[in-house]
Amino acid sequence: MMISSALTNPRWDWKFALEVMQQKPVLEGLVKGTLLGTVGSMIIGVGLGVIMAVMRLSANPVLRGVSFVYTWFFRSIPRYVLLATMGSLGYLYPVLDIGVPFGQPAGLTFGQIGINALSNMLAFGILGLGLSEAAYMAEIARAGILSVDRGQTEAAQALGMSPGKTMWRIVIPQAMRVIVPPTGNETIAMVKDTSLLLAMSITTELFFQTQAIGTRTLQIMPAYVAAVLWYLVICSVLMVGQSRLERYYGRGFGAVPKKTQQKLTKIEADH
Amino acid sequence: MADTTATAPTTDAVPLVHAINVTKAFHGNEVLKGIDMDVRRGEVVVLLGPSGSGKTTFLRCINQLETIDGGRIWVDGDLMGYEDRGGTLHHLTDKQIAAQRREIGMCFQRFNLFPHKTVLENVVEAPVQVKGVKKAEARTRALQLLEQVGLGDKPSAYPSQLSGGQQQRVAIARALAMDPKLMLFDEPTSALDPELVGEVLKVMRDLAEGGMTMIVVTHEMGFAREVADRVVFMDAGVVVEEGPPANVIDNPQHARTRSFLSRMRQEEAAHAEAIVATVTENAEALAAIAKADAEAEMAAQAAIDNARDATQQR
Repeated sequence: MMISSALTNPRWDWKFALEVMQQKPVLEGLVKGTLLGTVGSMIIGVGLGVIMAVMRLSANPVLRGVSFVYTWFFRSIPRYVLLATMGSLGYLYPVLDIGVPFGQPAGLTFGQIGINALSNMLAFGILGLGLSEAAYMAEIARAGILSVDRGQTEAAQALGMSPGKTMWRIVIPQAMRVIVPPTGNETIAMVKDTSLLLAMSITTELFFQTQAIGTRTLQIMPAYVAAVLWYLVICSVLMVGQSRLERYYGRGFGAVPKKTQQKLTKIEADH
Repeated sequence: MADTTATAPTTDAVPLVHAINVTKAFHGNEVLKGIDMDVRRGEVVVLLGPSGSGKTTFLRCINQLETIDGGRIWVDGDLMGYEDRGGTLHHLTDKQIAAQRREIGMCFQRFNLFPHKTVLENVVEAPVQVKGVKKAEARTRALQLLEQVGLGDKPSAYPSQLSGGQQQRVAIARALAMDPKLMLFDEPTSALDPELVGEVLKVMRDLAEGGMTMIVVTHEMGFAREVADRVVFMDAGVVVEEGPPANVIDNPQHARTRSFLSRMRQEEAAHAEAIVATVTENAEALAAIAKADAEAEMAAQAAIDNARDATQQR
């Protein structure tokens, strides 16, 4: 019944929806705010999150404490509130000095950034989303690291590998098997959360642009449909990417990747 | 390294491993109560003892996988884990400890191969990452070592595709790739199916014959008797007795050694008995089947004869 309504009710106006999808501001919003926003904030989130997880599991109480406070702070604040607050930081600190702490009187300032000019820049929004994401990623990465058998660390140590090498070359690659699926989830959630960038008055973003066309033309529903379709497309692509990644990090565990299987049979055939 | 040479000069006359009064406790439970042990270059020492006797812990103390609470251990003149600065001991940094471990190979009960790397990558990893050996060079050496442990045909397999015995042999090759002075084996065959034990012991025997210094924790009496230069029997955190295998295994002086060895023999005998019982059972079952077959055949033959007689009578 829903399908038939969708196909026959002229108010759906699929043709207009498709047109909206291809409008230049919509495309620009899609690429800049939504796609770039997702990629950028996830890079910050995953990178910082893994570092936070390693710190949290470190023997050093200071590092552990910093990581705990970070996670506690950013997990407690709703993203929308965080972005809105960050957007208003310019009110408190109009100019950001880069230099030695407490070194202004001695002239030890290397440069200045105007926060007001920055606050509606996309980069600042991406930073905000990334910082928030890192708090969640830290917990995911921590679970992944803890899932790796302790014998792996011991084997690497017995070979003379330093703690850093042991972590990055032996433990993290195995932890990725556990980290990737929830990270895929987080990425897909992030695609949708880029629509929150509006809180910092960033308007080059998919949903704001489609909505703007909708209100301007009074064709609100088709405009929303256009946004829905784009989100569906992006998330479908992401899911394919995720399953590829899972296969890569799953190598050596249970199911053998196709390529390796081919290599193996070739080697056996050669012998 | 600081002046550890004063207490342990590095000449051939001096043991490769020199441990004095090593103590270790886990949560107040004393596992090692003052172990003294010397291992000469090229010597194969087997540590025997009931579980919980501290032999595995002592092995792990040698390469600092466990920190010791008291005493000192030198390997090739290096004081393990500490630096002696004018009589007081200072902890080495993690990096310095890592450097000390490079010269000591270790094989674990559960192999601990890196599951996300192929056999070849497992062997190449440490030389390239730790010693900075060139990749091509490390590869050639790795293939050589894999050949040596009888796995020259499996460089691209993942550990999960190998049997336990094969995995343990890869683990031995991985340790050898660092050109260690000393090899530690922590119950290398106790996680293996009985039919896979032999292949691993053979590799270890070859290694011993090649002159490698080895400390082996194992319950394999046959290996201890044939390969070990010296057997050390430990119980409850102390060395009870030590000496050539012929003395310790076949003519133990201490009651504790005797009771452990007789228990081991009983277990071995029980194992053998179980095998004999299974074989006998199988043989009996086969005989029963054969007998039933023969009876059936005779019955059939009789029936045929009867039928023939009947036709002839007609």
